[in-house]
Amino acid sequence: MADYLTSWLLALVQTALFVASAPLLAGWIKRVKCRLQNRRSPPVIQPYRDLVRLFRKEMLLAEESSWLFRAAPYVIFGATVLAAAVVPLVAVRLPTSAIADVIVLVGFFALARFFLALAGMDVGTAFGGMGSSREMTIASLAEPALLMAVFTVAMGAHTTDLSVVIERILSHGLMIRPSFVFAALGLMLVAVAETGRIPVDNPATHLELTMIHEATVLEYSGRHLALIDWASQIKLMIYAVLIANIFLPWGVAVQFSAGALLLGAMAVSLKLAVLATVLAVSETLFAKMRLFAVPQFLGFAYLLCLLGMLSHVILEVGG
Amino acid sequence: MRCRPCYCCLFCAPPSEGTALSLTLAEWAVLGALASGLFGLAADRYPAPAKFTCFTLLGLSGLGALLAGGAALLHATVVAGTVPLGLPWLHWHLRVDPLAGFFLAVIGVVTVAVAFYGPGYVREYEHGRQSTAVLYVFTGLFVAAMELVVLADDAFVFMVAWELMSLASYFLVAYQHQHAANRRAAFLYLLMAEVGGLAILLAFGVLAGFGGGFSFDAMSSAVLTPAWASVAFALALFGFGMKAGLVPLHAWLPEAHPVAPSHISALMSGVMLKVAVYGLIRFTFGLLGHLQWGWGLVLLVAGSAAALLGVLYALMQNDLKRLLAYSSVENMGIIFMALGLSVIFTGSGFPRLGVLGLLAALYHVVNHALFKGLLFLGSGAVLQRSHEGDLERMGGLIRRMPVTALFFLVGCISISGLPPFNGFVSEWLTFQTALQAPALHSGVLRALIPVTAAVLALTGALAAACFVKVYGVAFLGRARSRHVRHAREVGLGMRLGQGLLAVLCLGFGVLPTFVVRALEPITRQLLGRGLPSASAHGWLWLTPVAPDVASYGAPLVLAGMVLFGGLMFALLNARAHTRLVRRVPPWSSGFGPLDARMQYTSTAFADPIRRIFRPVWDLREQIEETRDPVQPLRTIGIRHELRVEDRSWRVLYEPVGRWVTAAARQVGRIQTGSVRTYLAYSFFTLLVLLWLIT
Repeated sequence: MADYLTSWLLALVQTALFVASAPLLAGWIKRVKCRLQNRRSPPVIQPYRDLVRLFRKEMLLAEESSWLFRAAPYVIFGATVLAAAVVPLVAVRLPTSAIADVIVLVGFFALARFFLALAGMDVGTAFGGMGSSREMTIASLAEPALLMAVFTVAMGAHTTDLSVVIERILSHGLMIRPSFVFAALGLMLVAVAETGRIPVDNPATHLELTMIHEATVLEYSGRHLALIDWASQIKLMIYAVLIANIFLPWGVAVQFSAGALLLGAMAVSLKLAVLATVLAVSETLFAKMRLFAVPQFLGFAYLLCLLGMLSHVILEVGG
Repeated sequence: MRCRPCYCCLFCAPPSEGTALSLTLAEWAVLGALASGLFGLAADRYPAPAKFTCFTLLGLSGLGALLAGGAALLHATVVAGTVPLGLPWLHWHLRVDPLAGFFLAVIGVVTVAVAFYGPGYVREYEHGRQSTAVLYVFTGLFVAAMELVVLADDAFVFMVAWELMSLASYFLVAYQHQHAANRRAAFLYLLMAEVGGLAILLAFGVLAGFGGGFSFDAMSSAVLTPAWASVAFALALFGFGMKAGLVPLHAWLPEAHPVAPSHISALMSGVMLKVAVYGLIRFTFGLLGHLQWGWGLVLLVAGSAAALLGVLYALMQNDLKRLLAYSSVENMGIIFMALGLSVIFTGSGFPRLGVLGLLAALYHVVNHALFKGLLFLGSGAVLQRSHEGDLERMGGLIRRMPVTALFFLVGCISISGLPPFNGFVSEWLTFQTALQAPALHSGVLRALIPVTAAVLALTGALAAACFVKVYGVAFLGRARSRHVRHAREVGLGMRLGQGLLAVLCLGFGVLPTFVVRALEPITRQLLGRGLPSASAHGWLWLTPVAPDVASYGAPLVLAGMVLFGGLMFALLNARAHTRLVRRVPPWSSGFGPLDARMQYTSTAFADPIRRIFRPVWDLREQIEETRDPVQPLRTIGIRHELRVEDRSWRVLYEPVGRWVTAAARQVGRIQTGSVRTYLAYSFFTLLVLLWLIT
């Protein structure tokens, strides 16, 4: 019983850690990007300051907005935190990971996006509708590719439970399997699209015609905006952790000893820092593409995931 | 306990103690629905009492079906009986077993909701040009026929009930026959229903030929060669697939569902399509016996095509009920995909995974009945209050019809397959089944099944986009027309009907273990085993294969979302001054006040998807520019016309139509119009007949 309680407690702590450190990752990406572009960067903790400032600000609500507009930030935040709770950050075998497997995780994101898109259409401005339409279009192309990547990994490990996937990969020792490489590349492309980064969307822009995610939240202010921003930072971190912990699972704690947990925390921080740098480099190298080039980009991601799946079926299972 | 002598049990086979209750109840349910139709005849003279009696009886019939079905499922009983109707040597065989019980319960739930909803809804038709008696009579007949199809235990009753179902629903589709479009839709529906019925009859004929009898028992004991079994399966798939709206046999569906009264659409889409699924399951799993995996492949591919094309066509619709009808095609596709997986796994020697697939299909059956029923009832409420069926002219209904809007939102979330609502669970189970593909020996299947799973993922994501469009354009934003601006909330009964289904949508999503456990008797009956591993770890965890393969703690998901979202809400809105908000005009790019015409429209919302998947539709887009005659470079008006047509018409139906016309023209040659020629025909016919007799 005591073990059971400890593990739930650990799971809660891990979730809290996840949620708390997501803005830090966003700050780090921004910092590296500034360095690469020869700009002076804001401090790493700037995202926290922004969030605090937004939480304190007065709330402005559009005259036409309904209850759905006010409820959406909480639904989005709740679903995203729940998604963070099931992703193994530092340790596997935590009880929360059994609540939802990786398909449910995709479902959480879909739920958050559903409400985000509805909120964008609630006030009845043209920008909101445009953002919702684009958001749903891109998501509907990204989701099959994402699930294809997930399926490749899941079929390799014979499970969709993330914790078990990581554990099995760890216990088998990491083999460079073609299916894994394809799936990892595909997943990275999908992650870029799903989290609204360059080249699919530009998180820094406020120019109406180029933006997707920003257009849906244009009417939000104050704590609502803070919640949505925070949720999107958590989402970015979830994708980063997924890539880091599934494809490079070293260091993830299998036991709940203090040493193993500390090592796990350090390992994941290091991996995330490296991944964030890679993202910053790619965002510096590429320009945002126009909307109708995105289907080709995602088609490529889908093709990579499909190749991963087929190479798993043909090369690795045998027959 | 033997019940009171009554018309039905008096002639039934002697019931064993207690167990016959479910059959008796089911028979009463059928009689109740028939009686509801009978009382409907009085609607012209006594409108109010007839309406009340009709819908009460209909509700009781639904409740009876629900109870009978529930009892059969819970006790896993099989009760058979005979009713002395029909031909002298072939009495009607009826039977309630878990499979029939399940579908009976599905019919019952939606019928009860419709009975709550109906009285408020038909008010619209009471002063119309058509007599409401027609509506009541055929509604009663329709429900009775559907219940009877499920109860049938021989091909004879089945076909009689099936045809009654098709005919009754034909009259309901044709109810508002003053519109030519409705007459056309109804005729198309009747035509395709009859063609489908013919195929089903032939399929039964194959089995009856080998089994030596029309009763299902005789048929299931028939020994067929694999080739004949495949012929029977193909005929059944064609017949039932036509009723279920499988692409490309779906053409009647988007025409017929929108024109029927909305509570009838709910019954047709929510329930009647399920009766077709019942027919296919009964035929394939129950009567054909040995399952071949090739059939599963056919089902899987047909289902994937229906799912993807259904949702893509739904996305392009601007008529709310037509959109929902196309979305039914999509959901039937998902059900067929799960069924296909089940047949593939069972046929290749993995009965446990076959059970999982069948469970996923059955789960989606009840889910679709719930949320599509809910959405049609909601669209009926909107239609009644705003007299608008076109999405482009709605908007802002969330403020004018708050309760309907809330229930409709529940329906939209459920149908988009989002946790923690019910649509997600069945899709998740389907994914889990598909992910077990590596167990199969055939490399082609191993590669193909994950690809169809990705199609399912695409379908789900597009469905979410589709229902964001529906809800965003119809219920959010500003009202786009005067009628919509003056819409009011519907009455209590109509809200109750929707509320019942909405609550069930959440319940079936949050407590999946109970549902899976309740469905097990069916798989035990059809495939000889259950799936104890699914609910082996308590009601909190759904673990379809094993806990370390996949688990889903639906109640915890709901609890977690409420906890995290609610915690933030409580934290942020704790102090009084934070609750104050300032209402400001929305940002309008500095162009002054916004109006309803500046909003994104339904067509605009779907435009990116239309461009990406362009070859799927038969698109006709025209842009006409009017220029100023004095200054030819100045455009003074632009007219944009976009028509999205169903490709299956041009590819499949129009050629068939042309052939039929050409054949009729050839036949027409012997029809000269001259009496002398006809007399000659008669003379020669008589001559031939005399020659044959002697």
